[in-house]
Amino acid sequence: MARRRNLVKLFTSGIIENNPTFVQLLGMCPTLAVTTSLENAVGMGLAATAVLACSNVVVSLLRKFIPQKVRIAAYVVIIASFVTIIDLLMQAMLPALSKSLGLYIPLIVVNCIILARAESFASKNAVIPSFVDGLSMGVGFTLALCAIAIVREILGNGTLYGFKIFGEAFTPASIMVLAPGGFLTLGLIIALVQFLRQKAERKEKN
Amino acid sequence: MDKTRTMPTVTSSPHVRSAEHIRSVMLDVLIALAPAILVGIFMFGPRAFVITAITVGSCLLWEWLYCLVTHRPNPIGDLSAAVTGVLLACNLPVSVPLWLPVVGSFFAIVIVKQLYGGLGKNIFNPALAARVFLFLAWSSYMTTWTLPHTDLPWFANVADTVTSATPMATLKEGTTAGIDFVAMLLGQASGCIGETSKLAQLAGFAYLLARRVINPRIPVSYLATVAIISLLFPQGGDAVQWMLAQLLCGGLIMAAVFMATDFTTSPATAGGQWVYGIGCGIITMAIRYFGSYNEGVSFAILLMNAMVWMIDRVCRPRRYGVKPFAKLREKTRDLLSKKSEKKGAEQK
Repeated sequence: MARRRNLVKLFTSGIIENNPTFVQLLGMCPTLAVTTSLENAVGMGLAATAVLACSNVVVSLLRKFIPQKVRIAAYVVIIASFVTIIDLLMQAMLPALSKSLGLYIPLIVVNCIILARAESFASKNAVIPSFVDGLSMGVGFTLALCAIAIVREILGNGTLYGFKIFGEAFTPASIMVLAPGGFLTLGLIIALVQFLRQKAERKEKN
Repeated sequence: MDKTRTMPTVTSSPHVRSAEHIRSVMLDVLIALAPAILVGIFMFGPRAFVITAITVGSCLLWEWLYCLVTHRPNPIGDLSAAVTGVLLACNLPVSVPLWLPVVGSFFAIVIVKQLYGGLGKNIFNPALAARVFLFLAWSSYMTTWTLPHTDLPWFANVADTVTSATPMATLKEGTTAGIDFVAMLLGQASGCIGETSKLAQLAGFAYLLARRVINPRIPVSYLATVAIISLLFPQGGDAVQWMLAQLLCGGLIMAAVFMATDFTTSPATAGGQWVYGIGCGIITMAIRYFGSYNEGVSFAILLMNAMVWMIDRVCRPRRYGVKPFAKLREKTRDLLSKKSEKKGAEQK
């Protein structure tokens, strides 16, 4: 029973307290690049989640066999195999999405969230907690991408998941789907998250 | 509320008394901006007045609302938001829809100024940052230029206006043909509301200098850099004519006098101010010559804004009694002595 509660806690920590994007500030490159539309963000998030969960499991299984000195290379090989699987699967089943994400799917190999979880969690913990940790970090990453993408797609394109949500009178601010809009949105959301965290901490103290 | 604010600060003598404070300085800037904006209103008609009023009003409103929401003392009385509003209005074409200045004011006041800590703590000039934001967000509105004395509706959206190429676009094509210098000085050219009449801006510059609100280092080094580069590397027509055209076209003088000299976002050291002005000039000319945009003034100043901390650190004035390049000498001496020590150790 206690064990199960720990797993639940582990799962929520990756989504809120240790959110990879907003709190750990990891994986900034895909965060800024693919959040121009909600569809891209969901696709990228789910692909990264799948890779993260699988690679965490395998790294955890092999943690006693991988020599300390070549561990990073070993992790990259494991991650790269899963990324290749996901990449080929997406090309076969979701060609449109795979095309619009382009290079960013193969680039999951060097996504620092995945490497960070392999190094700091999966290589030190048993299989089931590692799987839960990968899943929770992935879900946290996906939710963060979605939060940024919702803001950017609505303001920058006037659509949400491809559907028009404003009338003709709305002129979208194209800056929001350009690079500066990504930085602006990310910065403002990080500031908001920090503000809320500090507020919560202050409340706990009082 | 804030105890440090009411506490007297004790410093050593001499004690210089001055009536100068934020409000008086900002009032001086507003007075200096008045000729430019009045000429703009005269040239572009009542719509220019409506846009200026909306920009200033919304700047004040956002500042007041932000401070209301965050329980801060109301800072509207220091007029800094009004200055931001007038500067932003000077940087807008007259044909923009009326909601555009409101969004721009929000970006300038809330995001660029207040979220960074308010007056005196922002890294970027709020009015310029807002201009660039609007330019990248709604570039079609921000690059529709109207000829002076065109009849525009007061409030309704401008549907199809007689658009015209700005002098900047002519220069981009590498020619000074068709640029009338007298018209440029007086302001009968298409452009943003406040940037057309160079005489009015120079009058404002003279007023600011006379009142000692700004010192001439930044504007002079900025304009001189642009003048020298354009004189040495003319891209069309006579070199002197080309230089004059580069100086008088676009928002260069406006920006050099009113935006680059913003106290918060420009260097505090004298040497730093020279470096800053020269840097602004080089980047401006690089964008005008090689960039895809016609005008590079706003990007140049924003880029230099980001470097101010570094410039100030490098150009810190020398302490009395310390020889020039003292740090550099010390470092080289250390390096040399380490090398000789190593050699000595090897020989042993």
